[in-house]
Amino acid sequence: MPNVISADGTIRQDNWTVVARPEDGESLALPNGPCLIPVDLWLAGHEHFAGRDDIGVWFDSHQEPEHLGERANELPVVAVNFPKFSDGRGYSIARLLRERYAYRNELRAIGDVLLDQLQFMKRCGFDAYALRPDKDAAKGQDCLNFFSQSYQAATDTDLPLFRRRAS
Amino acid sequence: MYVYDEHDRQLARERVAQFRDQTRRALNGELEEDEFLPLRLQNGLYVQRLAPMLRICVPYGMLRSEQLRRLARITRDYDKGYAHFTTRTNIQLNWPRLEDVPDILAELADVEMHANQTSGNCIRNTTTDPFSGVQDDEVADPRPYCEIIRQWSTFHPEFAFLPRKFKVAVNASEKTDRAAIQVHDIGLQMVRNDAGDLGFRVHVGGGLGRTPMVGPVIREFLPELDLLTYLEAILRVYNRYGRRDNKFKARIKILVKALTPEGFAEKVEAEWAHIKDSPTRLTPEAVAHFQQYFTEPSYQSLENASDQLAEQRFTNREFDQWVTHNVDQHKKPGYAIVTLSLKKTGVPPGDVSDRQLEQIADLADEYSFGEARATHEQNVVLADVRQDRLFELWEKLRPLGFATANLNTLTDVICCPGGDYCALANAKSIPVAEAIQRRFDDLDYLYDLGKIDLNISGCMNACGHHHVGNIGVLGVDKKGEEFYQISLGGDSHHNARIGKILGPSFAREDMPDVIARLIDVYVEKRTEEETFLDTYQRIGMNPFKERVYA
Repeated sequence: MPNVISADGTIRQDNWTVVARPEDGESLALPNGPCLIPVDLWLAGHEHFAGRDDIGVWFDSHQEPEHLGERANELPVVAVNFPKFSDGRGYSIARLLRERYAYRNELRAIGDVLLDQLQFMKRCGFDAYALRPDKDAAKGQDCLNFFSQSYQAATDTDLPLFRRRAS
Repeated sequence: MYVYDEHDRQLARERVAQFRDQTRRALNGELEEDEFLPLRLQNGLYVQRLAPMLRICVPYGMLRSEQLRRLARITRDYDKGYAHFTTRTNIQLNWPRLEDVPDILAELADVEMHANQTSGNCIRNTTTDPFSGVQDDEVADPRPYCEIIRQWSTFHPEFAFLPRKFKVAVNASEKTDRAAIQVHDIGLQMVRNDAGDLGFRVHVGGGLGRTPMVGPVIREFLPELDLLTYLEAILRVYNRYGRRDNKFKARIKILVKALTPEGFAEKVEAEWAHIKDSPTRLTPEAVAHFQQYFTEPSYQSLENASDQLAEQRFTNREFDQWVTHNVDQHKKPGYAIVTLSLKKTGVPPGDVSDRQLEQIADLADEYSFGEARATHEQNVVLADVRQDRLFELWEKLRPLGFATANLNTLTDVICCPGGDYCALANAKSIPVAEAIQRRFDDLDYLYDLGKIDLNISGCMNACGHHHVGNIGVLGVDKKGEEFYQISLGGDSHHNARIGKILGPSFAREDMPDVIARLIDVYVEKRTEEETFLDTYQRIGMNPFKERVYA
């Protein structure tokens, strides 16, 4: 079970499991306990999954948040997969979910989640980070706070530095 | 020029501390090589053929004398006492030690410099015209906007892991383009609309490299305050849809081509509609804040020194040639723009010693309000020199090796470091540049040939901008041997064009002869007022081909 770091740097373990996409011809098998299923399967079986507080979804990096849209708030957890930490599409997915579709619940980074990207993730709206198990979760807090301020507006602030300077 | 405030200083310090921590973790094995790679690249650190290479950012080419002196000291203390000006107006050190890099970055931060995002798949240093603010035909000074883009793109949380590197250039002159904006991922041409409002014409998807392309216009007029929201929309579309499966098809130009410029523009406009009024939209106060750093220096009220200069030029032919080629008109009476040539034959183009960096600093203090500018042609500009002191400055430049009066001629070669230094290169480029410079050592002949851009790259990554050279030279590897392919007709200015390949490639020792034969064709066929490029465009490729392959 991976360590999950919160935006404030605290470490917890929880029992949300990520359900991989079933192979062709196989159907989705839900495990015991809360789980995250591929977002397109949740959308396809919406009438079946709607209203369950133990089922969330995960986006792969090529999937489009537009397809979920404002229905995101029906979900307790939305996760975004980083197949490789250098695949930056997940940052845009996160910002769109938060800023365009006003998603309020937990937004979790999963996959190749390393320490040095945590602050970028936080700034884009992620508030839970399933750190890759070989990395030291105790360093999470430092890495979430390398920088004490930022030049740009993002999900975390409406005040780019040029607006703070002007005030 | 821009001066850091407390916010910039704090961010710079935190960045150094972050990289120190990352370097420590890389050296003790907590960070794997591939995990450290993008972190060090985004701090300017490559691992090269012979040693690490550190690319230091010179934002839009502007340097203060104290920064030049610090760079000189760094090259002495941490390197071999020289540095290289690049075609993106940055400065490279070729021999730093990995474990010293955090200390070098700390020394740079002391003088408001850094190496942020000079490499890696992120938004790189924004470049502009080295004559910004001192020429008389610019729409507005582009540097405040470059600084606005620099700050917006620095540590941008959404765009640190793009499909590929991303370069932005801004041009403000109506007559010419000294920033080659049409071969950038985004090229911004400053314009005024019919109502007189300031804005940008937006080119996207230009670039050199493996698939050279001139960037099409996706928006004719973008109001100035919408600059950042529109850039954010372009970058978001690129971040989401740019190809990540193939490094060679990952630049934004491939996406623009695949979607067509119209299709790409539609996607950007749709995204922009959502964010155009977001807090990222600039305010008039914000623009004014940045403009205050780029006000005029304390010019004296002078007359043009026409009589004095005429007399000096009449009595000294070499000075006359230098004024013709290396001095440009300044918007203020009595002042001139001086370009120091870093293209002296026998010195790799763009290379300077520690001592020379200090000499440039001294000259900047003495003659140009303490500022200097790097150009993408790898020369250095003193932008505010009094005309009545030009002769005195020239006499000082000559023994320092900066007065070669060859700007914009055949021997003002743009040249990458090539196979002598670069791990990516297929072939050496510096010896080719030198052999051509030696062959064309008669200045009178060079002047007679007029303006010719000769650009040399050691591989198809095109750091030497060979595609947009009037004559372009590309190093290629043929079964382990170095050969050189020539292209003709490239142009990096307002009528940007990619050159066409002449034919089969040549051995290195043949290159000066081949160039000489191409030049002979021009000399025979030209009309009185034609440049090399004009003649090529009129007569086409065949006469050149026939001569060279005869």
